[in-house]
Amino acid sequence: MFNIIFWILAAVTVGAALAVVILRDVFRAALSLILLFLAIAVMYITLYADFLAVVQILIYVGAISILIIVAIMLTREVWHGSPPGKLRIPALVVSLVLLGIMVFTVVSTNWETSGEPPLQPTTAAIGTSLFGGGGFILPVEITAVLLLAAVLGAIVLMREK
Amino acid sequence: MSVGLEHYLVLSAVLFCIGLYGVLAKRNAVVILMCIEIMLNAVNIALVAFSRYVVPMFLTGQIFAIFVIVVAAAEAAVGIAIIITIYRRRESVDVDKFDLMKW
Repeated sequence: MFNIIFWILAAVTVGAALAVVILRDVFRAALSLILLFLAIAVMYITLYADFLAVVQILIYVGAISILIIVAIMLTREVWHGSPPGKLRIPALVVSLVLLGIMVFTVVSTNWETSGEPPLQPTTAAIGTSLFGGGGFILPVEITAVLLLAAVLGAIVLMREK
Repeated sequence: MSVGLEHYLVLSAVLFCIGLYGVLAKRNAVVILMCIEIMLNAVNIALVAFSRYVVPMFLTGQIFAIFVIVVAAAEAAVGIAIIITIYRRRESVDVDKFDLMKW
């Protein structure tokens, strides 16, 4: 069952990612990016990451895609499309070489996988290790500062002089 | 053959390389930002797959993925603010025309 779902999701994600890169219409590229985000959320469910799937839908599908679509609308570049630049052939070579290296490494490495059943549901455990003692409380605090800096930076950049 | 860790890692590598090609080859700055999001999502798939198959009882990979998502959200907000600011001054989002720091 999981096998069939995985192959369908793999086809959808790769197809949507290729559509983002290939399509000349920026708005259609953004829509297929949203499809990619949704497929990745379903993929998190197949990996027993239920909380992360919801976070993916809330933040990526809900917020980041809206930001990107607003940016497309504000910049009125839909009519110009997204033509490939001068570096198309070198970029293709670099990404294919990197893909070959990564696939070779992944396939030839003997991964020590664990046969234990995955923890589920994950929400309580993630909360405990994010906010509990000996967990990730310091990165969480730093993340708050990062988000504040990002919001202030965006406001300062966008302000009319 | 049942789906295992390698399948997810290869899928993640494929998505990462598609995003990398887009970042290097595209000229529209908004599309470049979208391709960066593809790359970050590919990394997240790899992290969650490691968390699921290597250490299923610890959720470290998923927590890393949450931090990656937070940083991606901040990056998208600041990146789009920069793109719109440059668009206001230059009437273009073509990265070939973003040469104001070149001398």
